[in-house]
Amino acid sequence: MQRLGVFVCWCGSNIAATVDVDRVVAEAKVQPGVVFAQDYQYMCSEAGQNIIKDAIKQYGLNGIVVCSCSPRMHEATFRKAAEAAGLNPYMVEIANIREHCSWIHKDKEAGTEKACVLMRAAVAKVLLNTPLKAGESKVVKRALVIGGGIAGIQTALDIADAGFPVDIVEKNATIGGRMAQLDKTFPTLDCSSCILTPKMVEAKTNENIRLITYAEVEEVSGFVGSFKAKIRKKARFVKEDVCTGCGVCMSKCPSKKGLNEFNMGLNNRPAIYIPFAQAIPNVAVIDKTQCIKLNTGKCGLCEKVCTAGAIDYTQQDEFIEEEYGAIVMATGFRPIDASKFDEYSYSTCKDVVTSLELERIMNAAGPTGGVLLRPSDGKHPHSIVFVQCVGSRDVSGRGKPYCSKICCMYTAKHAMLIRDKYPDVEVHVFYIDVRTPGKNFDEFYRRAAEQYDVDYIKGQVGKVWEEDGHLVVRGVDLIANEQIVLNTDMVVLATAIEPDPTARKVANMLTASIDTNDFITEAHPKLRPVESPTAGIFLSGVCQGPKDIPETVSQAGAAASKVIGLLSKNKLTTNPCVAHSDELLCNGCSCCEKVCPYGAISYDTHLINDHGVKETRRVALVNEALCQGCGACTVVCPSGAMDLKGFSNKQIMAEVEAICL
Amino acid sequence: MSVNVSVNEPAVKAAAENAAGANTENKEWRPRIVAFCCNWCSYAGADLAGSSRLSYPADVKIIRVPCSCRVNPMFILKAFERGADGVILCGCHPGDCHYSTGNYYTRRRMALLFSMLDYIGVERGRTRVEWVSAAEGARFSAVMNDFVAKITELGENVKVGDLRCKK
Amino acid sequence: MKLDEKEIAGIIKEISGSDVKKCMKCGKCSATCPAYGEMKFHPHQFVTMVARGKIDELLKDETVTRCLSCFACVERCPRGVEPANVVAAVRVLAEREQGGSNFVPDEVPALIIADKEIPQQALVSAFRRYRK
Repeated sequence: MQRLGVFVCWCGSNIAATVDVDRVVAEAKVQPGVVFAQDYQYMCSEAGQNIIKDAIKQYGLNGIVVCSCSPRMHEATFRKAAEAAGLNPYMVEIANIREHCSWIHKDKEAGTEKACVLMRAAVAKVLLNTPLKAGESKVVKRALVIGGGIAGIQTALDIADAGFPVDIVEKNATIGGRMAQLDKTFPTLDCSSCILTPKMVEAKTNENIRLITYAEVEEVSGFVGSFKAKIRKKARFVKEDVCTGCGVCMSKCPSKKGLNEFNMGLNNRPAIYIPFAQAIPNVAVIDKTQCIKLNTGKCGLCEKVCTAGAIDYTQQDEFIEEEYGAIVMATGFRPIDASKFDEYSYSTCKDVVTSLELERIMNAAGPTGGVLLRPSDGKHPHSIVFVQCVGSRDVSGRGKPYCSKICCMYTAKHAMLIRDKYPDVEVHVFYIDVRTPGKNFDEFYRRAAEQYDVDYIKGQVGKVWEEDGHLVVRGVDLIANEQIVLNTDMVVLATAIEPDPTARKVANMLTASIDTNDFITEAHPKLRPVESPTAGIFLSGVCQGPKDIPETVSQAGAAASKVIGLLSKNKLTTNPCVAHSDELLCNGCSCCEKVCPYGAISYDTHLINDHGVKETRRVALVNEALCQGCGACTVVCPSGAMDLKGFSNKQIMAEVEAICL
Repeated sequence: MSVNVSVNEPAVKAAAENAAGANTENKEWRPRIVAFCCNWCSYAGADLAGSSRLSYPADVKIIRVPCSCRVNPMFILKAFERGADGVILCGCHPGDCHYSTGNYYTRRRMALLFSMLDYIGVERGRTRVEWVSAAEGARFSAVMNDFVAKITELGENVKVGDLRCKK
Repeated sequence: MKLDEKEIAGIIKEISGSDVKKCMKCGKCSATCPAYGEMKFHPHQFVTMVARGKIDELLKDETVTRCLSCFACVERCPRGVEPANVVAAVRVLAEREQGGSNFVPDEVPALIIADKEIPQQALVSAFRRYRK
């Protein structure tokens, strides 16, 4: 038997001026289940709340309706008051008779009638309310960062700084990522290594950070607060804790024909190698496809020369299993494959390079020691043509439909650096639009054009070919309205960037949603840009969308602060208004799973006792920690098994009926 | 808008509501309109319309749902069965859904439902989906005024209604 | 009957199957075009003029017959505008405007021999149409 109370607020004259409160009270008293109804000037005040509390106790009310302002305003207040009087807070319903009634209607009669209807709908709903309890789940106070580039490093450092342990899982043998490959950074032109390597060292030495390099996350289960991850640590064939990073093995290794990934394959490295001089951890790794010993059993030179005794040809992949409260994706990017654009002859002419390759050529630690030389013959170039938007803003299927954002600025940087160091080199830049939104960005680009005499040509390049030892570029100058043919020594392609190919796999593992370009979707494009819609998964860096270093670092900090906020909690209380599946009705059709934006629905096959008939069936299971209560699943469910607590089908139907009475 | 808000004649429903049970014969017909509003955008938009004192007819009664995608087509059919003259469904603008994709589901579902309603003889104008953000109080009010005017024009809904529900 | 700009735009879109509004004015078509020097209106201009509805000027000009239909621009356009198809569509429009063909199949070979300046495109079209 329901014993309901209805409380009608005057809100001073805000409500009482247009709504006849007495009539609402009189009407409430005759509603089914209502045993008590009262009005008061200010229900939200201390005295008003006391009226509610006293009535709950005195009349043994098991549900209340407050006719007042918007629930967005005071629902929490009245729920707290009810809870204080021993009533389940979810047995409170609000009839919004201020914003939706008294404030918009001038006629008292119409206002009063509408208030009565709203009250009646709320009473009809509360009659069907069930006490709900906010769930609780534990929070494992450890975070996992996937990816050890600048995004991952910065996120981990910030989380570690707040006192929480963090693991960085990096698939390469060293952390540092793309930023480690860069020579200078725009718009200040400070050296990339000089600002990155101290952070790498900090990540190594911070006692809250554990670096798991040369490793990949294999499996993730669980949900916000308690994820379980299985990490495969690939065999290095070098004992990480013994190797001193002296590099003797590298010089002695006879198998020297491996492509140096760090230098974008512009030169070679031995089978046993340290990726670059400032690598963290500064430990060698053996490329098992290239090592003579591992492939033929003969050689073993590195083992002989290693004075520390760090080489171990028998090493196997190891697995690490760990629990985490939060996971940050920082999987980064790679440039797209320029050989798809055959008009630029990237795969046939050695002197056509991508910007990241030029970055290595310009770098003092690169294949040419920082001297600008043509890759084909090692000669000094006298003219360089830059082509922008190679694969960006391309909907033809060969490239990416988005703007890669960083190319305009790094091209300006390259052009400026070349003109500064080698004033004899002519530099032409073919562009569609120069996009330089950012602090000091446009000034930087203009400096390249004005002070450094970089020739910016509005137009595109149609074809590049080799002729008598130099390159010929045919392009168009749209401003001069003429086709131009340039003889040049090098062509640099500003290739589009795309999410690292591992991003899709990782996102699937984490049930983080991903867009058609493989960028990870944020929970809200404006208001929750560093969170995935899946609770407990956060985004840092280019995995969410193209961005430069300052933006990456700010996003990393933002993601870290979200993680810290989560890990600071001892328990997570979950919204009790979540979906719930009636296993007696569920037919396991998977419709609900497909519409759930949070991956909160899974399936379980177990024994079901259907009124005495025992049967093993596959039924939907809602993870209450993940469900956000949108209700999309309730509508697609063909058997009506799925319902939303607090907004159940019956409750909304009852409201509809009460309104249409 | 064409609908006069401050009608002096009490509306027809007063009879059902009023415990005293007044006579229903001579009163002006007013439409019954159910509005489903998502909690994050449209309900807040309706609140803003209220706090900005932007009036719309009292015939509109709002039901709060967490997301427009919570609205089961059954609710709309139920409303018509019970004698509603119009049902309007408001959600966040596409791309702004609090739950990322909810309103896209709404859009597809309602396209189907509306064509079915059309098929069974309920005029297209009686149902509507509108996107109203939390900042669009003025728009909420304008949409409601317009919708009520349209429904008033269409008159009482005689299709689908369950005669047993009629008093 | 005189068609208005919108109708013409619709016809061109229908014939060519490409949408000139997709053009982001990068100029790749003109950079690619081997017949660039032959054309009064270069491929990127041609697309822009179609987008702006300046069809009359194009119909009068020889540019439409200067296109080699090599489809390099179609191949390389990053936005899928397919300039060569737009040119072809305007050409078809020009032919339609002219009404009935002025050629008699048997006269074509003689015409080709007589006129050394005849554009290649006209030849190709002639062969296509009168091969039977």
